[in-house]
Amino acid sequence: MGNMTQSLMTVDTLTVEYWTRKGKIRAVDNLSFSLEKSETLGVVGESGSGKSTLGLSLIDLVPFPGRITRGKIVLNGKEILKLQKDELRNLRGKEICYVFQDPMTSLNPVKKIGDHFVELIRTHEPQVTKQQALERAKKLLRDVGIQPERVSDYPHQLSGGMRQRVMIALAIALNPAIVVADEPTTALDVIVQAKILDLLNALRDAYGMALILITHDLSIVLQRSDRIIVMYAGQMVECAPSTEIYLNPKHPYTQRLLKSIPNIELADQKLEAISGSPPDLLNLPKGCRFWPRCYYAFEKCRREAPPLIETGTEHFARCFLYEEGRKA
Amino acid sequence: MTLRTYIISRILLTIPMIFILLTTVFLVMRVLPGDPVMLHFEKMENPEAMALMRTRLGLDKPLLFQYFDYVIGLFRGDLGLSMQDYSPVAQQIFSAFPATLELAICSMIIAVLIGIFLGVESSKAYNRPKDQLIRVFGIVTYAIPVFFLGMILQMIFGVGLHWLPVGGRIYPAMEPTGLSIPLSLPPGGFITHFLLSSLAGLFLLGVYFAVAKVKHKKLSRKDYIISLALFVTGWLLWAGIGWYCISNGGIRVATGLFTIDSLLEGNLYKFGLTLKYLFLPSLTLGLVLCGIFIRITRSNMLETLRLDFVTAAKARGLKESTVTYGYALRNAFLPVLTMMGLQFAMLLAGAVLTETTFSWPGLGRYLIDRINFRDYTAIQGTVVVFGILVSIVSLAIDLLYAYLDPRIRL
Amino acid sequence: MKKLKIKKSMLSHLLPGLTSLTKRGLAGWLVIFGAILVIAVIVMTALSPWIAPHDPSALTVGPRLSPPSTQFPFGTDDLGRDMLSRVISGGGVMLQVAILSVIVCLIIGVPLGLFSSHTGGVIDRFISLIMDSVYAFPGFILAIAFTVVLGRGVINMALSIAVVYVPSYFRIIRSQVLSIKEMSYIEAANAAGARKRTVLLRYILPNVVPSIAVVATVNFADAILTAAGLTFIGMGVPVNIPDWGWDLTNGRNLLPSGAWWVITFPGLMIILLALGFTLMGEGLSELLSPKLEE
Repeated sequence: MGNMTQSLMTVDTLTVEYWTRKGKIRAVDNLSFSLEKSETLGVVGESGSGKSTLGLSLIDLVPFPGRITRGKIVLNGKEILKLQKDELRNLRGKEICYVFQDPMTSLNPVKKIGDHFVELIRTHEPQVTKQQALERAKKLLRDVGIQPERVSDYPHQLSGGMRQRVMIALAIALNPAIVVADEPTTALDVIVQAKILDLLNALRDAYGMALILITHDLSIVLQRSDRIIVMYAGQMVECAPSTEIYLNPKHPYTQRLLKSIPNIELADQKLEAISGSPPDLLNLPKGCRFWPRCYYAFEKCRREAPPLIETGTEHFARCFLYEEGRKA
Repeated sequence: MTLRTYIISRILLTIPMIFILLTTVFLVMRVLPGDPVMLHFEKMENPEAMALMRTRLGLDKPLLFQYFDYVIGLFRGDLGLSMQDYSPVAQQIFSAFPATLELAICSMIIAVLIGIFLGVESSKAYNRPKDQLIRVFGIVTYAIPVFFLGMILQMIFGVGLHWLPVGGRIYPAMEPTGLSIPLSLPPGGFITHFLLSSLAGLFLLGVYFAVAKVKHKKLSRKDYIISLALFVTGWLLWAGIGWYCISNGGIRVATGLFTIDSLLEGNLYKFGLTLKYLFLPSLTLGLVLCGIFIRITRSNMLETLRLDFVTAAKARGLKESTVTYGYALRNAFLPVLTMMGLQFAMLLAGAVLTETTFSWPGLGRYLIDRINFRDYTAIQGTVVVFGILVSIVSLAIDLLYAYLDPRIRL
Repeated sequence: MKKLKIKKSMLSHLLPGLTSLTKRGLAGWLVIFGAILVIAVIVMTALSPWIAPHDPSALTVGPRLSPPSTQFPFGTDDLGRDMLSRVISGGGVMLQVAILSVIVCLIIGVPLGLFSSHTGGVIDRFISLIMDSVYAFPGFILAIAFTVVLGRGVINMALSIAVVYVPSYFRIIRSQVLSIKEMSYIEAANAAGARKRTVLLRYILPNVVPSIAVVATVNFADAILTAAGLTFIGMGVPVNIPDWGWDLTNGRNLLPSGAWWVITFPGLMIILLALGFTLMGEGLSELLSPKLEE
């Protein structure tokens, strides 16, 4: 999975559980991957697949009653989960930044836009004066395509797309190594979506940071990411470079996902939905978690849970179809 | 409904409530026991004294007349005469009131501070041992009889450790006297006085013109007339009040609240002494009341802390204290304010017991004294005053809340 | 006949309801724990003539004002009475006052609330206004006023407390009734031609019972604290019955001499009893309207 010693960040057997009254829910089950510098990683999955939890766990902000029960996250040589509170706080916003899904509720309604930046910059770099911070804020707004005068506006005076841009500007403000964007476009309309995604990529090139794009929409990440992780019911079911995912999807789930993307060039395309629904995480089926919805499911799938199997260079799939000695 | 409508309707509502209150107290205290005079004397020892009391207190008139006397008297500020020495009850209540006010304010401050602090801590440690502990603490403090808590604190801090006094408000020699400025005619006599008055008038005039200039108003005849009126008013005020103070030897400003008075006097030793005596009683009452503040702060914080922008703020690496106090606490402010008003009634009730425990010379202890003396007119007067106080405070809180909460405005 | 049917169905729901309390998380445990406290105190008081080591009113059973020892675990007071026996027997007055006041409140407050809210109109508003006025008034002071006028004694104390508390029952019932009235099954019943009284008793009342239970437990707790307070200021029972409140008043004078045991143990008992009811009330209200617990 890449050169472990050189990777920007490595996640090792990460497990996140929600301890609810009805039982323990494993939102993220034994996930491992690595992220390289300036790489864009796409994390795709349905709602409930655990992708948002994964994102939040990278900065150790999994909401109660969730807790990280296993695993290591190493960023630039530092183990995130073992850090003291203050060191962790220093990391957030500065080395790894998070862009939240809903721009409507992510900004403080009683603070001006400029004040958000001032607060952020001065928390991490206390020697910066308010004036200097505001200047930087204006420059950042320009970078994301917002008029700099907007620093004195309140969040409710901006449109949804602009608020999302502000969130992105806040995320890149301190030149982080990684930006995690959780469904950055779901709350926005289609045209704005494309703009925001292009913006993210442009910023990535300009600032040289790594980007983790979390989304349920495979089409978004196919073009814009270097590698893609597909998640299902908390597990990683496929991991490969995005071109591989597009041309050569191995896991049946990924294949179905691809088939459900509308293609404007195919006139008579029949969209195929995936039958069934995601499993109840409190009552997981025995064996492979996907077998009830899998076209290819056979006897072994029902009994045993498949491990991740290497099916090609840097291409992994969690499916018995690719077991040694089986013909797909 | 608009703010104005609300204010008017709310004030209008208070009037019948106060009336019901007055009538109820009258019914309970005058009608129910039958003959208050008889109850006061218990045995038919001295029929002459009894008849005398009846006449002097107006208790021999028919009930309906008594009722009217009572209500009209209240408007004039007359609460009747004490059965003990025929001195005006209103006077006695007025002199006992500041002590209770001081105790009430301090207790409320303590209760709110403890409540908010523990409520915040509790919400931050949601469902963990600290949270459970604080919640239990809030419940337990409510279940403790306030006088028992007072006595325990007296035992520990007063008798056991000898750190704090056990009772009373201060010892007589040390009563703060407030601000006293002796005044007499300035050198030059009346002429200087009148000149100074002119200065005062000019001052008002000048302020008016300055304000007008700032607002870029064009000066018209109306403005000149107003300025002349201001000059005269200023002159009269200075001259009149000055003369009054001079003829009385000086100004004396005393609130009756020893904390403020001792500071006005500039005597820090008295201030410290006041605090020493004030500490235990207000701590007692504050502890008993803090439970509800813990609860509402906690629930408000929990709601706010769940909001996205709080998580987003944490994700930007902002300090814990910034996030908690800057972002989330603002939301708890308004409910705490309302609750302060609602708790006022409980505060007064608790004050009665606290004052008795700590021999605090306030309205509560006055009430108990009068009860022990079977002074029914005084008891009636005190109960009425308590009721009116509560009505006014709740009215004030409701109005303030309406002003601050934008939802009612629209 | 109809009334009997209602009661039987309520009972059959009650028993399995009780056992399920343990499964309802923290709230359920609060109710259980509170109930245990309360029942323990009641049993102790009821059995006091048999389990108290000495006669609580007997003078000089031991040396005067002696601190807790093996012979007298809770010490003795200034008249040489055994504090342990006094603590065991002292709850009687308070429990009587509390129970009596709750009964009075139920008898007066519940029907009044039902009647007022069901009738509506001017009568409702008038009664509500009176109730609100009384409710806003500092309860303890009103109780004092009543006791002053009525005299001392268990019944009078209970009546005073009841008067103060009736508005609470009234308000809760009224708000519950008003909200239930909005619901469609009442409309359905009315549309089917049910008599007003039937609607009231068979539909509304059973739904209001849980809230009444919550108010009643808080009422109990407050009644105990108020009774203690009234005794403290001298408005308690005139006869020399062992009473925790009385011990507190008496013990107060003994504090400067350092005799801490006279007030501590009776005080703790009062706290335990009030706490028991409060916990039950907390638990019940949480069970009935779960708030923020996940």
